[in-house]
Amino acid sequence: MTDQTASAPGSPALGADPAVPEPKPDRAVVRDALGVGIAVGLSGFAFGVTSAGAGLTVLQTCALSLLVFTGASQFALVGALAAGGNPLTAAAGAFFLGVRNAFYGLRLSQLLRLPAFVRPFAAQWVIDETTAVALAQPTRRSARIGFTVTGLTLYVLWNLTTLAGALGAEALGDTDAWGLDAAGPAVFLALLAPMLRTATERTVAGVAVVLGLGFLPVLPAGVPVLVAALAAPAVLYVQGGRGVRGGRGRGKEAKR
Amino acid sequence: MNIWIAIGLTAAGCYLVKLVGLLVPEGALERPLVQRLSALLPVALLAALTAQQTFSLNGALVVDARGAGVAAAALALILRAPFLVVVGAAVLVTAGVRALGG
Repeated sequence: MTDQTASAPGSPALGADPAVPEPKPDRAVVRDALGVGIAVGLSGFAFGVTSAGAGLTVLQTCALSLLVFTGASQFALVGALAAGGNPLTAAAGAFFLGVRNAFYGLRLSQLLRLPAFVRPFAAQWVIDETTAVALAQPTRRSARIGFTVTGLTLYVLWNLTTLAGALGAEALGDTDAWGLDAAGPAVFLALLAPMLRTATERTVAGVAVVLGLGFLPVLPAGVPVLVAALAAPAVLYVQGGRGVRGGRGRGKEAKR
Repeated sequence: MNIWIAIGLTAAGCYLVKLVGLLVPEGALERPLVQRLSALLPVALLAALTAQQTFSLNGALVVDARGAGVAAAALALILRAPFLVVVGAAVLVTAGVRALGG
């Protein structure tokens, strides 16, 4: 719970005594939140183009941004469908990518203490960016402002630019000639990079790449990604077998 | 029709996991193994997806202009460029390499 979210903007404020959080001016929180919301929100254009290029209709593309609203899952679903994956494996891959949002929600619910009736609405905005901004704030008030402003900006812009991208895809003609097929993997790389902090994470990533590419020519579309997901439990298992206890000394003695 | 099924399942699944995170009582997702797995699962998926979308075309492995574009994105990330610049670099370099006949 206490790991530092180094990448988040405005973190210098955390340099102060952590026991007595220094309040941060609301304006500064809003500025940080808008920065993230606008930058990421504009990349909905790349999603709109990619999705339309993959053969989805404008309506289907917009439905994804409105209802799914978690970029990695959307790109993954569209990519799997474009590659000819069946809808179940495509949706499974997208779903597994979305599972991380449950853990963001867990942290946010402690941090924001939202009233029960707000939670079903706030849930749609629980994503990487809103979590990063909220966690970087020193007080509950600024965390709430950061979450709300980032969520609202990002949701509105992401959906508007998705529509623009989906409509524009046709005008662009051959979207591959514009290099837009590189937007999807670049988005994934940008999301992945900050996660590669330890040797464990890099090993998982490496094994997953080998599995994902290795099984690609032999398994039906969409399935290799699910096989690659097994890299996570496999690496954890191998580490456990080598006697890595995590140094916490719990587990064995937990019974008593 | 198949696409709508995929959209419906993805939308429902992704919304439910978001909601579960906000509603679940503290502790239920706090087991160390669950936390470790949840942190590593996206790493595995994103790494595999990045590689596939860079080096595959219709179920076959290929190396084309996208490789150069994604390499440019990696360089931008190392230089701590903002998100949009990272994606923009990938798109521009891929388009550039294609324009040059790569």
